Amino acid sequence: MSAITPNQVIPVPQHPPGGNYLNHSRGIMSWLLTVDHKRIGIMYLIGVMASFALGGFFAVMLRTELFAPAPLFFSDKTKAWDFYNQMFSLHGAVMVFLFIIPAVPAILGNFVLPLQLGAKDVAFPRLNLMSFYCWIGGAIFFVFVLAGGIVNMMLPELKGSLAQFGLAWLIQPGLDTGWTFYTPYSSSKSASGVVPATLGAFILGFSSILTAVNFMATIHMLRPKNMGWFDMPLFLWALYGTALIQILATPVLAITLLLLAAERTLGVGIFDPALGGDPVLFQHFFWFYSHPAVYIMILPSMGIISEVIAVHSRKHIFGYTFIAFSSVAIALLGFLVWGHHMFVSGQSSLANAVFSLLTFSVAIPSAIKVFNWVSTLYKGDVRLSTAMIYALGFIVLFTFGGLTGLFLGAVATDVHLTATYFIVAHFHYVMVGSVLFALLAGFYHWWPKMFGVQTNVMWGNIAAAVVFIGFNLTFFIQFIAGSLGMPRRYATYPEKFTIFHEVSTIGAYVMAVGLILALGNLVHSLLRGTPAAANPWGGNSLEWHCASPPPHDNFAKTPETSDPYDYHRWEEQADGSWVQIPEDPQRSKTAH
Amino acid sequence: MATATADQGHAGTGEHAHPPHLAHHFDSPEQQYQSGKLGMWAFLATELLMFGGLFCAYAVYRANHPEVFLYSHHYLDATWGGINTAVLIASSFTMAWGVRAAQLGQTGLLKVLMALTFLGGVGFMVIKGIEYQSKWKHHIFPGFYNAYNPSYFDKANKDAALQDAIDYRQSHISGHSAAGLPAEAVKDGAVDGGAGQGQTGKATVAAAQAAAATRDQLAGPTTRRGTMLVDPNAGTGDEAKMLPTFVQPVGLAVAQPKTSHAPPVELGDMNALSQSRINTFFGVYFVMTGLHGIHVIVGMGIIAWLFLTAGRYSPEYFTPVDLGGLYWHLVDLIWIFLFPLLYLIH
Repeated sequence: MSAITPNQVIPVPQHPPGGNYLNHSRGIMSWLLTVDHKRIGIMYLIGVMASFALGGFFAVMLRTELFAPAPLFFSDKTKAWDFYNQMFSLHGAVMVFLFIIPAVPAILGNFVLPLQLGAKDVAFPRLNLMSFYCWIGGAIFFVFVLAGGIVNMMLPELKGSLAQFGLAWLIQPGLDTGWTFYTPYSSSKSASGVVPATLGAFILGFSSILTAVNFMATIHMLRPKNMGWFDMPLFLWALYGTALIQILATPVLAITLLLLAAERTLGVGIFDPALGGDPVLFQHFFWFYSHPAVYIMILPSMGIISEVIAVHSRKHIFGYTFIAFSSVAIALLGFLVWGHHMFVSGQSSLANAVFSLLTFSVAIPSAIKVFNWVSTLYKGDVRLSTAMIYALGFIVLFTFGGLTGLFLGAVATDVHLTATYFIVAHFHYVMVGSVLFALLAGFYHWWPKMFGVQTNVMWGNIAAAVVFIGFNLTFFIQFIAGSLGMPRRYATYPEKFTIFHEVSTIGAYVMAVGLILALGNLVHSLLRGTPAAANPWGGNSLEWHCASPPPHDNFAKTPETSDPYDYHRWEEQADGSWVQIPEDPQRSKTAH
Repeated sequence: MATATADQGHAGTGEHAHPPHLAHHFDSPEQQYQSGKLGMWAFLATELLMFGGLFCAYAVYRANHPEVFLYSHHYLDATWGGINTAVLIASSFTMAWGVRAAQLGQTGLLKVLMALTFLGGVGFMVIKGIEYQSKWKHHIFPGFYNAYNPSYFDKANKDAALQDAIDYRQSHISGHSAAGLPAEAVKDGAVDGGAGQGQTGKATVAAAQAAAATRDQLAGPTTRRGTMLVDPNAGTGDEAKMLPTFVQPVGLAVAQPKTSHAPPVELGDMNALSQSRINTFFGVYFVMTGLHGIHVIVGMGIIAWLFLTAGRYSPEYFTPVDLGGLYWHLVDLIWIFLFPLLYLIH
């Protein structure tokens, strides 16, 4: 490091000392009626992570039930299996609709996107608040269903006695159809709270759509003058691709769930063969959204990884243009492959073959990204911050998840593996091993910016290791169990599978401990963390050019933009923070 | 010190006196307007995809069961539907003119045009109400309230309800051959007066069921794979297994000649499987028109709000009128697709 005199350091523009978006205004209403994207992001953080805890609770319950083949929570088998159906259905529905779809865009996207554009807010701040309240509304429906399930379990006769007052609808006994709501069970046979659950998901869909509309307009219209499309950080490309999918796919889910609700309440007969309908049509409609939905989950996560890998290895991202185009390619190709969820539904062999081929093609852009990240790491100055540890974990686990997806994309092997634990393991590797790890990487990366505090590195890294170990313990063995024939969504199993379930359940507990540590570490930093610098990691995208936490209006005037992955003008100080130094013509630039 | 002192608020940018309608996070009214347009078009794309799902369901069911649609569309009165179409197109015209009025700052004219557009919406919903009401009366509401539904809610009176529905359809067909005005009002009276006697001996429930049973015997069993009928005579080779074969759906034993004067498909022309699907047609009809109707009501709310805030709009700021107009035009466009697909089936 050359000697930098204080005069040469370019300081971050200062607002009144201590003036930031957190203390800009006080009182609960200033939060509930805010249109500040940063505050909305924080409110989403609280709600979405609470949903994560709820979904995680269901997961622990169902893994506990599965520890041994015999029923655990109830001695009566029927009650026990019915309870198990509720656990896996609610786990899936809460995790997919309340947690994983909103998580990255609504929390980190909301907070970081305008900052990375040097903008004061998103294009439609009031619409942003409405998106949040749509999320709350959807969550209320799910809580209502859950409460009904609990009440019904403890007081089974209550629903019947309320019926005489016409109030039986007040008790909606949970959800037992699986998060996929397959017909005709969900339309005609299930006695659980399918209608409020689908209505809840419908409202959550609006939250997703409105956020997407907002982000798309913001990225198109609120970029600074000298930031072209290919000057944007890759997180924004990822959010843009995600917005594309949210806008085009979510409405199809909306109409599917509306039709399901209409079928259950009015008997319209679209999906139930007894009423003249077609159950496979439901599957087509459902998966036409739900496959692109998994790309809503993974694309923004990949955006985070691009940011974290580049910054924490002090190296320009490798293959920027390829990653940018791959984001859009994944978004578009993701719409063409829904039939790979239906290889055994009775659709024609021609359809199977076409969907299989397209599924293989959609793996290509994802693989391109993995190669680019690894190339970025190569000969980089890798710092093992907690964010980087999660990002490295992502690369490993996403590779597993993606490769096992290929087994499932090939029709011949899928026929054997479908509806087994192999599928469960595959999607948990991509949803938990990848999306959750990326979310945690993003939290650890942007936490200093969001709250102006540093997290404890030792505990953060220990927690990351525990989560990684626990996750693999839980799910790796499920690949084997699945290929040996263990079916998914079964509450019991033959004795030969017991060891698999025992390992998996222990792994789930380990992972739970790790996650509590990881999230607890973040909360602890809010109470006892050391204050963070404006740029604790030496990044160059625009969010690092304002104070930590940012002021209410982000930037008094739009900051100067430059290549977001060009780190050579940032110098590390003795205390670990980074400061910007003026351009020196003699100075050699780091490799691009 | 080479500090760049922060700009306190807007003073540094020199834009302290910005137009009241310009939000703080936008640099110029033009940027705000263009952002609003982009956002609105993105939202309209979501609406198109939502209705697209319904149109897809329509296409799948009509392709696989054309006889059900050929039978059931006689319940719909194309005249009322046509009037609704004209009403919506006229209201789109007044809406577009209203946007122009807002652009020119003609507040009074804007209010008049918004009121007229709103009235167009009212007219549409009134006619929709008339159509729905007659369907309710003749037991062809959707789902469990449809006499063709195997799980009709009123088990005791199912046969009578079904007979009434069949008679109502017959009167609809006769009413149109007389080339009169909307048959609903006229024929309702006739059918009510003639209730209990039934119409032609052909169209009774028992006769239809007997005819269906005969059809089933003639047609033989069919195998189904997913939503595609498989021709049982297609052979056993790989090609036969691989490629879907499209066969004339056996629900209709006699191919319909492609003229608009073909005799209507009768209940007896269909096998039992297709008869059970008639209520699906009504499910599709009511969900499509019902969801569209909800969008019309939402649109009416937006137009009412534009009417109440009309004083705000000027050549400098007319964005909400423009965006509201876009929404109303989409609602109109969806109806323009709905109408021929549901009402003008031949």
